[in-house]
Amino acid sequence: MADRIIPSPVQSPESEPFYAAAKEGKFMIRRCKDCHKPHWYPRSLCPFCFGETDWEAASGDGIIYSYSPMRRAGYTIAYVTLKEGPTMMTNIIDADVDKLACGQAVKLKWTVTEDGTPVPTFTPA
Amino acid sequence: MSIKGRGYIVGAYEHPTRKAPDKSVSQLHAECAKGALEDAGLKKSDIDGYICAGDAPGMGPINMLDYMNLKVGYFDSTDVGGSSYIAHVAHATQAIAMGKATCVLITLAGRPRSEGQATGTAARPGNPAIADSPWETHFAPVTANVYAMVAARHMYEYGTTSEQLAWIKVAASHHAQWNENAMLRNVVTVEDVVNSPMVSDPLHRLDCCVISDGGGALIVASPEIARSLKRPLVKVMGAGEAPKGQFGGNVDLTFSGGAWTGPRAFAEAGIRPSDIKYASIYDSFTITVLQQIEDMGFCERGQGGRFVSDGNLISGVGKLPFNTDGGGLCNNHPANRGGITKVIEAVRQLRGEAHPKVQVPNCDLALAHGTGGLIGSRHGSATLIMERE
Ligand SMILES: [Zn+2]
Repeated sequence: MADRIIPSPVQSPESEPFYAAAKEGKFMIRRCKDCHKPHWYPRSLCPFCFGETDWEAASGDGIIYSYSPMRRAGYTIAYVTLKEGPTMMTNIIDADVDKLACGQAVKLKWTVTEDGTPVPTFTPA
Repeated sequence: MSIKGRGYIVGAYEHPTRKAPDKSVSQLHAECAKGALEDAGLKKSDIDGYICAGDAPGMGPINMLDYMNLKVGYFDSTDVGGSSYIAHVAHATQAIAMGKATCVLITLAGRPRSEGQATGTAARPGNPAIADSPWETHFAPVTANVYAMVAARHMYEYGTTSEQLAWIKVAASHHAQWNENAMLRNVVTVEDVVNSPMVSDPLHRLDCCVISDGGGALIVASPEIARSLKRPLVKVMGAGEAPKGQFGGNVDLTFSGGAWTGPRAFAEAGIRPSDIKYASIYDSFTITVLQQIEDMGFCERGQGGRFVSDGNLISGVGKLPFNTDGGGLCNNHPANRGGITKVIEAVRQLRGEAHPKVQVPNCDLALAHGTGGLIGSRHGSATLIMERE
Protein backbone atom coordinates (compact mmCIF):
# COMPACT_ATOMS: atom_id res chain seq x y z
CA MET A 1 0.00 0.00 0.00
CA ALA A 2 1.70 3.15 -1.25
CA ASP A 3 1.51 5.82 1.41
CA ARG A 4 -0.54 8.88 0.58
CA ILE A 5 1.27 12.20 1.07
CA ILE A 6 -0.57 14.02 3.88
CA PRO A 7 -1.03 17.68 2.92
CA SER A 8 -0.32 20.51 5.35
CA PRO A 9 -3.29 21.44 7.52
CA VAL A 10 -5.26 24.61 7.01
CA GLN A 11 -4.97 26.92 10.02
CA SER A 12 -7.33 28.92 12.17
CA PRO A 13 -6.62 31.12 15.22
CA GLU A 14 -7.67 28.16 17.39
CA SER A 15 -5.30 25.69 15.70
CA GLU A 16 -2.12 27.78 15.33
CA PRO A 17 -0.83 27.24 18.92
CA PHE A 18 -1.30 23.48 18.56
CA TYR A 19 0.78 23.29 15.40
CA ALA A 20 3.40 25.67 16.80
CA ALA A 21 3.82 23.30 19.78
CA ALA A 22 3.88 20.34 17.37
CA LYS A 23 6.95 21.84 15.70
CA GLU A 24 8.65 21.52 19.10
CA GLY A 25 7.49 17.91 19.36
CA LYS A 26 4.77 18.65 21.91
CA PHE A 27 1.31 17.04 21.54
CA MET A 28 -1.27 19.27 23.23
CA ILE A 29 -4.95 18.90 24.00
CA ARG A 30 -7.29 21.37 25.67
CA ARG A 31 -8.96 21.01 29.06
CA CYS A 32 -11.71 23.08 30.65
CA LYS A 33 -10.73 25.28 33.63
CA ASP A 34 -14.28 25.03 34.99
CA CYS A 35 -15.49 21.43 34.53
CA HIS A 36 -11.92 20.04 34.08
CA LYS A 37 -12.92 17.79 31.18
CA PRO A 38 -10.52 17.40 28.23
CA HIS A 39 -11.97 17.57 24.72
CA TRP A 40 -11.09 17.20 21.04
CA TYR A 41 -10.83 18.95 18.58
CA PRO A 42 -9.45 21.89 20.58
CA ARG A 43 -11.76 24.85 21.18
CA SER A 44 -11.36 28.10 23.10
CA LEU A 45 -14.68 27.51 24.91
CA CYS A 46 -15.44 24.13 26.49
CA PRO A 47 -17.87 22.08 24.35
CA PHE A 48 -19.42 20.71 27.57
CA CYS A 49 -20.00 23.87 29.66
CA PHE A 50 -18.69 26.88 27.63
CA GLY A 51 -16.01 27.40 30.31
CA GLU A 52 -12.56 28.78 29.44
CA THR A 53 -10.06 26.15 28.30
CA ASP A 54 -6.28 25.83 28.31
CA TRP A 55 -3.59 23.73 26.63
CA GLU A 56 -1.94 20.79 28.36
CA ALA A 57 0.53 18.15 27.17
CA ALA A 58 -0.95 14.74 26.34
CA SER A 59 0.74 11.36 26.36
CA GLY A 60 0.24 10.40 22.74
CA ASP A 61 -0.91 6.92 23.85
CA GLY A 62 -4.24 5.63 22.63
CA ILE A 63 -6.27 2.79 21.20
CA ILE A 64 -7.98 2.46 17.82
CA TYR A 65 -11.73 3.14 18.16
CA SER A 66 -12.37 2.46 14.47
CA TYR A 67 -10.44 2.57 11.22
CA SER A 68 -10.73 1.99 7.48
CA PRO A 69 -7.92 1.47 4.97
CA MET A 70 -8.53 2.85 1.47
CA ARG A 71 -5.93 0.60 -0.08
CA ARG A 72 -5.90 2.07 -3.58
CA ALA A 73 -5.50 5.58 -2.19
CA GLY A 74 -2.74 4.40 0.16
CA TYR A 75 -3.90 5.52 3.60
CA THR A 76 -5.91 4.47 6.64
CA ILE A 77 -8.38 6.83 8.30
CA ALA A 78 -9.00 6.16 12.00
CA TYR A 79 -10.48 7.38 15.23
CA VAL A 80 -8.03 6.98 18.11
CA THR A 81 -9.17 7.27 21.72
CA LEU A 82 -6.42 9.00 23.71
CA LYS A 83 -5.39 7.81 27.16
CA GLU A 84 -6.63 11.20 28.42
CA GLY A 85 -10.16 10.42 27.14
CA PRO A 86 -11.06 12.22 23.92
CA THR A 87 -11.28 10.42 20.59
CA MET A 88 -9.68 12.10 17.59
CA MET A 89 -9.66 11.58 13.84
CA THR A 90 -6.24 10.69 12.45
CA ASN A 91 -4.34 8.43 10.05
CA ILE A 92 -2.61 5.19 11.02
CA ILE A 93 0.88 5.04 9.49
CA ASP A 94 3.72 2.53 9.26
CA ALA A 95 1.42 -0.43 9.87
CA ASP A 96 0.42 -3.71 8.24
CA VAL A 97 -3.22 -2.77 7.60
CA ASP A 98 -4.30 -6.41 7.58
CA LYS A 99 -3.22 -6.66 11.22
CA LEU A 100 -5.02 -3.54 12.49
CA ALA A 101 -8.02 -3.95 14.81
CA CYS A 102 -10.43 -1.90 16.87
CA GLY A 103 -9.13 -1.82 20.43
CA GLN A 104 -5.50 -2.04 19.35
CA ALA A 105 -2.92 0.07 21.22
CA VAL A 106 -1.27 2.81 19.16
CA LYS A 107 1.14 5.67 19.86
CA LEU A 108 1.66 9.11 18.41
CA LYS A 109 4.07 9.42 15.53
CA TRP A 110 4.28 12.86 13.93
CA THR A 111 4.10 13.13 10.16
CA VAL A 112 5.87 16.24 8.86
CA THR A 113 3.90 17.73 5.97
CA GLU A 114 5.06 19.71 2.94
CA ASP A 115 5.33 23.11 4.62
CA GLY A 116 7.11 21.63 7.67
CA THR A 117 4.02 21.42 9.90
CA PRO A 118 3.81 18.09 11.77
CA VAL A 119 0.37 16.46 12.07
CA PRO A 120 -0.49 13.87 14.76
CA THR A 121 -0.61 10.42 13.15
CA PHE A 122 -0.46 7.10 15.02
CA THR A 123 1.32 3.79 14.61
CA PRO A 124 0.93 0.43 16.40
CA ALA A 125 2.43 0.62 19.90
CA MET B 1 -49.26 21.38 19.67
CA SER B 2 -48.33 18.91 16.99
CA ILE B 3 -48.07 18.79 13.18
CA LYS B 4 -50.06 15.55 13.12
CA GLY B 5 -52.74 15.86 10.44
CA ARG B 6 -51.89 19.52 9.73
CA GLY B 7 -50.41 18.87 6.28
CA TYR B 8 -50.80 16.42 3.39
CA ILE B 9 -48.36 15.45 0.67
CA VAL B 10 -50.47 16.15 -2.41
CA GLY B 11 -47.81 16.14 -5.11
CA ALA B 12 -44.73 13.97 -5.64
CA TYR B 13 -42.53 13.73 -8.70
CA GLU B 14 -39.22 12.02 -9.42
CA HIS B 15 -37.36 13.21 -12.50
CA PRO B 16 -36.78 10.25 -14.86
CA THR B 17 -33.34 11.41 -15.96
CA ARG B 18 -30.22 9.80 -14.52
CA LYS B 19 -27.79 11.72 -16.73
CA ALA B 20 -28.54 15.25 -17.84
CA PRO B 21 -25.48 16.94 -19.40
CA ASP B 22 -27.76 19.10 -21.56
CA LYS B 23 -29.87 20.57 -18.74
CA SER B 24 -29.11 23.22 -16.14
CA VAL B 25 -29.60 22.46 -12.44
CA SER B 26 -32.21 25.24 -12.20
CA GLN B 27 -34.03 23.72 -15.17
CA LEU B 28 -34.11 20.33 -13.44
CA HIS B 29 -35.57 21.98 -10.31
CA ALA B 30 -38.30 23.64 -12.40
CA GLU B 31 -39.08 20.45 -14.33
CA CYS B 32 -39.53 18.66 -11.02
CA ALA B 33 -41.79 21.44 -9.74
CA LYS B 34 -43.92 21.19 -12.87
CA GLY B 35 -44.13 17.41 -12.49
CA ALA B 36 -45.28 17.68 -8.87
CA LEU B 37 -47.92 20.28 -9.76
CA GLU B 38 -49.29 18.01 -12.50
CA ASP B 39 -49.24 15.05 -10.12
CA ALA B 40 -51.26 17.03 -7.58
CA GLY B 41 -53.62 18.65 -10.06
CA LEU B 42 -52.58 22.13 -8.94
CA LYS B 43 -51.65 25.29 -10.83
CA LYS B 44 -48.35 27.15 -10.55
CA SER B 45 -50.18 30.09 -8.97
CA ASP B 46 -51.46 27.84 -6.14
CA ILE B 47 -47.95 27.65 -4.64
CA ASP B 48 -47.54 30.10 -1.75
CA GLY B 49 -44.53 28.58 0.02
CA TYR B 50 -41.18 27.20 -1.17
CA ILE B 51 -38.32 25.22 0.39
CA CYS B 52 -34.99 24.16 -1.09
CA ALA B 53 -31.54 23.22 0.24
CA GLY B 54 -27.88 23.55 -0.72
CA ASP B 55 -28.28 21.90 -4.12
CA ALA B 56 -30.30 24.92 -5.36
CA PRO B 57 -27.90 27.24 -7.24
CA GLY B 58 -27.31 30.72 -5.88
CA MET B 59 -28.97 31.98 -2.72
CA GLY B 60 -31.47 29.16 -2.49
CA PRO B 61 -35.04 30.46 -2.58
CA ILE B 62 -34.00 33.88 -3.93
CA ASN B 63 -32.53 32.63 -7.19
CA MET B 64 -34.87 29.64 -7.57
CA LEU B 65 -38.05 31.64 -6.97
CA ASP B 66 -36.90 34.26 -9.46
CA TYR B 67 -36.11 31.56 -12.04
CA MET B 68 -39.50 29.89 -11.59
CA ASN B 69 -41.21 33.29 -11.16
CA LEU B 70 -43.14 32.18 -8.08
CA LYS B 71 -44.60 34.57 -5.50
CA VAL B 72 -44.63 33.09 -2.02
CA GLY B 73 -45.20 34.29 1.54
CA TYR B 74 -43.05 31.62 3.15
CA PHE B 75 -39.60 30.23 2.36
CA ASP B 76 -37.00 28.08 4.07
CA SER B 77 -33.58 26.85 2.97
CA THR B 78 -32.61 24.53 5.79
CA ASP B 79 -29.60 22.60 4.51
CA VAL B 80 -28.78 19.42 6.37
CA GLY B 81 -27.51 17.55 3.32
CA GLY B 82 -29.48 14.60 2.06
CA SER B 83 -31.81 14.63 5.05
CA SER B 84 -32.99 18.18 4.23
CA TYR B 85 -36.07 17.28 2.18
CA ILE B 86 -37.49 14.99 4.85
CA ALA B 87 -37.15 17.82 7.38
CA HIS B 88 -38.63 20.18 4.77
CA VAL B 89 -41.92 18.26 4.77
CA ALA B 90 -42.14 18.83 8.52
CA HIS B 91 -41.21 22.52 8.14
CA ALA B 92 -43.82 22.97 5.41
CA THR B 93 -46.43 21.39 7.66
CA GLN B 94 -45.43 23.69 10.51
CA ALA B 95 -45.81 26.71 8.22
CA ILE B 96 -49.25 25.49 7.12
CA ALA B 97 -50.29 24.82 10.74
CA MET B 98 -49.27 28.37 11.68
CA GLY B 99 -51.19 29.90 8.78
CA LYS B 100 -48.07 31.09 6.95
CA ALA B 101 -48.79 29.10 3.78
CA THR B 102 -51.32 26.67 2.33
CA CYS B 103 -49.40 24.98 -0.47
CA VAL B 104 -45.63 24.52 -0.13
CA LEU B 105 -43.32 23.36 -2.92
CA ILE B 106 -40.07 21.50 -2.13
CA THR B 107 -37.50 20.84 -4.89
CA LEU B 108 -34.15 19.10 -5.27
CA ALA B 109 -31.94 18.61 -8.33
CA GLY B 110 -28.32 18.12 -9.27
CA ARG B 111 -25.90 16.75 -11.85
CA PRO B 112 -22.97 15.11 -10.03
CA ARG B 113 -22.77 12.40 -12.72
CA SER B 114 -22.48 14.83 -15.65
CA GLU B 115 -20.06 16.97 -13.70
CA GLY B 116 -17.86 13.93 -13.10
CA GLN B 117 -17.66 14.24 -9.34
CA ALA B 118 -15.76 11.45 -7.56
CA THR B 119 -18.31 11.89 -4.84
CA GLY B 120 -17.41 9.19 -2.38
CA THR B 121 -13.64 8.86 -2.58
CA ALA B 122 -12.12 12.25 -3.45
CA ALA B 123 -10.34 14.20 -0.71
CA ARG B 124 -11.75 17.68 -0.22
CA PRO B 125 -9.79 20.91 0.15
CA GLY B 126 -9.41 22.34 3.62
CA ASN B 127 -11.46 25.35 4.70
CA PRO B 128 -10.10 27.23 7.71
CA ALA B 129 -13.52 28.77 8.38
CA ILE B 130 -14.98 25.33 9.17
CA ALA B 131 -13.99 24.61 12.76
CA ASP B 132 -13.10 20.92 12.29
CA SER B 133 -11.12 21.42 9.07
CA PRO B 134 -7.72 22.35 10.61
CA TRP B 135 -7.91 19.10 12.61
CA GLU B 136 -9.30 16.65 10.08
CA THR B 137 -9.23 17.59 6.39
CA HIS B 138 -5.56 16.67 5.83
CA PHE B 139 -6.32 13.13 7.06
CA ALA B 140 -8.69 12.80 4.06
CA PRO B 141 -11.98 11.78 5.66
CA VAL B 142 -13.95 11.17 2.44
CA THR B 143 -17.49 9.87 2.32
CA ALA B 144 -16.62 6.20 1.82
CA ASN B 145 -14.02 5.79 4.55
CA VAL B 146 -15.98 7.69 7.20
CA TYR B 147 -19.02 5.44 6.64
CA ALA B 148 -16.64 2.47 6.54
CA MET B 149 -15.49 3.32 10.08
CA VAL B 150 -19.12 3.04 11.22
CA ALA B 151 -19.32 -0.40 9.61
CA ALA B 152 -15.99 -1.49 11.11
CA ARG B 153 -17.11 -0.49 14.60
CA HIS B 154 -20.49 -2.23 14.17
CA MET B 155 -18.66 -5.40 13.15
CA TYR B 156 -16.35 -5.09 16.17
CA GLU B 157 -19.10 -4.44 18.71
CA TYR B 158 -21.85 -6.73 17.41
CA GLY B 159 -20.24 -9.27 15.10
CA THR B 160 -22.01 -7.87 12.04
CA THR B 161 -20.68 -9.39 8.80
CA SER B 162 -20.12 -8.21 5.23
CA GLU B 163 -22.61 -10.87 4.12
CA GLN B 164 -25.30 -9.35 6.34
CA LEU B 165 -24.61 -5.87 4.93
CA ALA B 166 -24.77 -7.35 1.44
CA TRP B 167 -28.37 -8.46 2.00
CA ILE B 168 -29.37 -4.77 2.00
CA LYS B 169 -28.01 -4.32 -1.53
CA VAL B 170 -29.56 -7.62 -2.59
CA ALA B 171 -32.99 -6.42 -1.43
CA ALA B 172 -32.58 -3.06 -3.21
CA SER B 173 -31.64 -4.83 -6.43
CA HIS B 174 -34.67 -7.11 -6.23
CA HIS B 175 -36.81 -3.95 -6.19
CA ALA B 176 -34.83 -2.05 -8.84
CA GLN B 177 -35.37 -4.77 -11.45
CA TRP B 178 -38.96 -3.50 -11.82
CA ASN B 179 -38.04 0.20 -12.06
CA GLU B 180 -37.41 1.11 -15.69
CA ASN B 181 -35.67 4.34 -14.64
CA ALA B 182 -33.27 2.67 -12.20
CA MET B 183 -29.56 2.95 -12.97
CA LEU B 184 -28.79 -0.62 -11.82
CA ARG B 185 -31.54 -3.13 -12.65
CA ASN B 186 -29.62 -6.39 -12.38
CA VAL B 187 -30.52 -8.57 -9.41
CA VAL B 188 -27.35 -9.24 -7.41
CA THR B 189 -26.46 -11.90 -4.83
CA VAL B 190 -24.65 -11.71 -1.51
CA GLU B 191 -21.63 -13.22 -3.27
CA ASP B 192 -21.73 -10.50 -5.94
CA VAL B 193 -21.56 -7.83 -3.24
CA VAL B 194 -18.79 -9.32 -1.10
CA ASN B 195 -16.75 -10.18 -4.21
CA SER B 196 -17.01 -6.67 -5.67
CA PRO B 197 -13.86 -4.54 -5.32
CA MET B 198 -13.13 -3.13 -1.87
CA VAL B 199 -13.58 0.66 -1.79
CA SER B 200 -12.73 1.30 1.85
CA ASP B 201 -12.55 -1.69 4.22
CA PRO B 202 -15.06 -3.19 4.98
CA LEU B 203 -17.27 -1.52 2.33
CA HIS B 204 -17.23 -2.94 -1.20
CA ARG B 205 -18.25 -1.16 -4.37
CA LEU B 206 -21.72 -2.73 -4.21
CA ASP B 207 -22.15 -1.48 -0.63
CA CYS B 208 -22.12 2.06 -2.12
CA CYS B 209 -24.94 4.03 -3.75
CA VAL B 210 -24.98 5.15 -7.36
CA ILE B 211 -23.95 8.60 -8.57
CA SER B 212 -26.74 10.07 -10.68
CA ASP B 213 -28.16 13.27 -12.07
CA GLY B 214 -31.80 14.06 -11.52
CA GLY B 215 -34.13 15.50 -8.96
CA GLY B 216 -37.52 15.44 -7.35
CA ALA B 217 -40.25 17.63 -5.94
CA LEU B 218 -42.98 17.44 -3.30
CA ILE B 219 -45.99 19.61 -2.56
CA VAL B 220 -47.33 19.79 0.98
CA ALA B 221 -50.79 21.34 1.32
CA SER B 222 -53.38 22.18 3.95
CA PRO B 223 -56.09 19.61 4.78
CA GLU B 224 -58.64 21.79 2.94
CA ILE B 225 -56.65 21.87 -0.30
CA ALA B 226 -55.77 18.17 -0.03
CA ARG B 227 -59.41 17.18 0.26
CA SER B 228 -60.32 19.32 -2.78
CA LEU B 229 -57.94 17.32 -5.01
CA LYS B 230 -58.66 14.01 -6.73
CA ARG B 231 -55.69 12.17 -5.26
CA PRO B 232 -55.33 9.61 -2.44
CA LEU B 233 -54.75 11.45 0.85
CA VAL B 234 -51.25 11.12 2.35
CA LYS B 235 -51.27 12.72 5.77
CA VAL B 236 -48.25 13.93 7.76
CA MET B 237 -48.38 12.10 11.10
CA GLY B 238 -45.13 12.90 12.87
CA ALA B 239 -41.57 14.05 12.35
CA GLY B 240 -38.24 14.43 14.07
CA GLU B 241 -34.97 16.17 13.26
CA ALA B 242 -31.62 16.16 15.03
CA PRO B 243 -27.90 16.73 14.46
CA LYS B 244 -25.21 14.39 15.72
CA GLY B 245 -21.49 15.03 15.87
CA GLN B 246 -18.44 13.96 17.84
CA PHE B 247 -19.69 15.19 21.24
CA GLY B 248 -16.46 17.09 21.97
CA GLY B 249 -14.43 13.92 21.47
CA ASN B 250 -16.83 11.37 22.98
CA VAL B 251 -17.18 9.73 19.56
CA ASP B 252 -19.82 6.98 19.45
CA LEU B 253 -20.37 5.38 16.05
CA THR B 254 -22.94 2.83 17.24
CA PHE B 255 -25.92 5.09 16.52
CA SER B 256 -26.91 8.02 14.32
CA GLY B 257 -29.13 11.02 15.00
CA GLY B 258 -31.97 8.73 13.97
CA ALA B 259 -31.88 7.32 17.48
CA TRP B 260 -33.44 10.65 18.51
CA THR B 261 -35.54 11.50 15.46
CA GLY B 262 -37.21 8.10 15.17
CA PRO B 263 -38.67 8.05 18.70
CA ARG B 264 -39.79 11.70 18.33
CA ALA B 265 -41.62 10.94 15.08
CA PHE B 266 -43.25 7.81 16.49
CA ALA B 267 -44.35 9.69 19.62
CA GLU B 268 -45.91 12.47 17.56
CA ALA B 269 -47.65 10.00 15.25
CA GLY B 270 -48.83 7.94 18.20
CA ILE B 271 -47.74 4.65 16.64
CA ARG B 272 -44.98 2.06 17.10
CA PRO B 273 -42.29 0.79 14.70
CA SER B 274 -44.18 -2.49 14.32
CA ASP B 275 -47.12 -0.53 12.84
CA ILE B 276 -45.05 0.59 9.82
CA LYS B 277 -45.90 -1.28 6.59
CA TYR B 278 -43.22 0.29 4.40
CA ALA B 279 -39.98 2.15 5.17
CA SER B 280 -37.83 4.36 2.97
CA ILE B 281 -34.40 4.33 4.62
CA TYR B 282 -31.55 6.47 3.32
CA ASP B 283 -29.10 4.14 1.63
CA SER B 284 -25.94 6.05 0.81
CA PHE B 285 -24.22 2.81 1.88
CA THR B 286 -25.50 -0.51 3.16
CA ILE B 287 -24.25 0.36 6.67
CA THR B 288 -26.39 3.52 6.61
CA VAL B 289 -29.51 1.36 6.29
CA LEU B 290 -28.45 -1.14 8.92
CA GLN B 291 -27.70 1.49 11.53
CA GLN B 292 -30.87 3.48 10.86
CA ILE B 293 -33.06 0.38 11.05
CA GLU B 294 -31.71 -0.06 14.58
CA ASP B 295 -32.11 3.65 15.32
CA MET B 296 -35.76 3.60 14.17
CA GLY B 297 -36.45 0.74 16.56
CA PHE B 298 -37.29 -1.86 13.91
CA CYS B 299 -34.92 -4.16 15.80
CA GLU B 300 -32.69 -4.07 18.89
CA ARG B 301 -29.36 -2.25 18.70
CA GLY B 302 -26.71 -4.60 17.37
CA GLN B 303 -29.28 -6.93 15.80
CA GLY B 304 -29.46 -5.08 12.46
CA GLY B 305 -27.27 -7.62 10.70
CA ARG B 306 -29.57 -10.49 11.59
CA PHE B 307 -32.66 -8.38 10.85
CA VAL B 308 -31.71 -7.50 7.27
CA SER B 309 -30.61 -11.03 6.33
CA ASP B 310 -32.45 -13.59 4.24
CA GLY B 311 -34.53 -11.10 2.30
CA ASN B 312 -36.26 -9.48 5.26
CA LEU B 313 -36.23 -6.11 3.42
CA ILE B 314 -37.64 -7.49 0.13
CA SER B 315 -41.25 -6.57 -0.63
CA GLY B 316 -43.44 -9.66 -0.64
CA VAL B 317 -40.75 -11.70 1.12
CA GLY B 318 -39.69 -10.01 4.35
CA LYS B 319 -41.21 -8.19 7.31
CA LEU B 320 -39.96 -4.69 6.46
CA PRO B 321 -40.23 -3.83 2.73
CA PHE B 322 -37.78 -0.98 2.13
CA ASN B 323 -36.79 1.29 -0.78
CA THR B 324 -39.05 -0.41 -3.31
CA ASP B 325 -37.84 1.94 -6.07
CA GLY B 326 -34.35 0.47 -5.73
CA GLY B 327 -33.22 3.33 -3.50
CA GLY B 328 -29.88 5.09 -3.74
CA LEU B 329 -28.13 1.74 -3.97
CA CYS B 330 -29.71 0.93 -7.36
CA ASN B 331 -32.14 3.57 -8.59
CA ASN B 332 -31.10 7.14 -8.10
CA HIS B 333 -29.16 9.50 -5.80
CA PRO B 334 -29.78 12.90 -7.40
CA ALA B 335 -27.43 15.68 -6.28
CA ASN B 336 -25.85 13.11 -3.92
CA ARG B 337 -28.86 13.75 -1.71
CA GLY B 338 -31.35 10.93 -1.33
CA GLY B 339 -33.91 12.45 1.01
CA ILE B 340 -36.55 13.52 -1.47
CA THR B 341 -36.69 10.21 -3.34
CA LYS B 342 -37.27 8.52 0.03
CA VAL B 343 -40.45 10.55 0.57
CA ILE B 344 -41.55 10.11 -3.06
CA GLU B 345 -41.46 6.29 -2.93
CA ALA B 346 -43.26 6.31 0.44
CA VAL B 347 -46.00 8.45 -1.15
CA ARG B 348 -46.26 5.98 -4.06
CA GLN B 349 -46.64 3.11 -1.61
CA LEU B 350 -49.31 4.89 0.44
CA ARG B 351 -51.26 5.78 -2.71
CA GLY B 352 -50.97 2.22 -4.02
CA GLU B 353 -49.02 3.58 -7.01
CA ALA B 354 -45.76 1.68 -6.55
CA HIS B 355 -44.85 -0.90 -9.19
CA PRO B 356 -47.28 -3.86 -8.80
CA LYS B 357 -44.36 -6.23 -8.23
CA VAL B 358 -43.23 -4.27 -5.16
CA GLN B 359 -46.47 -2.63 -3.93
CA VAL B 360 -47.08 -3.44 -0.26
CA PRO B 361 -50.69 -4.62 0.23
CA ASN B 362 -52.88 -2.29 2.33
CA CYS B 363 -49.97 0.10 2.88
CA ASP B 364 -51.50 2.61 5.28
CA LEU B 365 -48.49 3.67 7.38
CA ALA B 366 -45.05 4.49 6.00
CA LEU B 367 -41.83 6.00 7.29
CA ALA B 368 -39.13 7.96 5.48
CA HIS B 369 -35.82 8.50 7.22
CA GLY B 370 -32.65 10.18 6.04
CA THR B 371 -29.22 11.41 7.00
CA GLY B 372 -27.19 14.23 5.55
CA GLY B 373 -23.47 14.70 5.93
CA LEU B 374 -21.44 11.79 7.27
CA ILE B 375 -22.82 9.46 9.94
CA GLY B 376 -19.24 8.70 11.00
CA SER B 377 -18.37 12.32 11.84
CA ARG B 378 -21.21 14.86 11.82
CA HIS B 379 -24.61 14.74 10.20
CA GLY B 380 -28.26 15.72 10.25
CA SER B 381 -31.05 13.18 10.65
CA ALA B 382 -34.73 13.53 9.81
CA THR B 383 -37.67 11.15 10.16
CA LEU B 384 -41.17 11.50 8.69
CA ILE B 385 -44.18 9.27 9.31
CA MET B 386 -47.10 9.38 6.87
CA GLU B 387 -50.53 7.76 6.80
CA ARG B 388 -52.97 7.05 3.97
CA GLU B 389 -56.24 8.53 5.13
ZN1 LIG C 1 -16.22 22.65 30.76
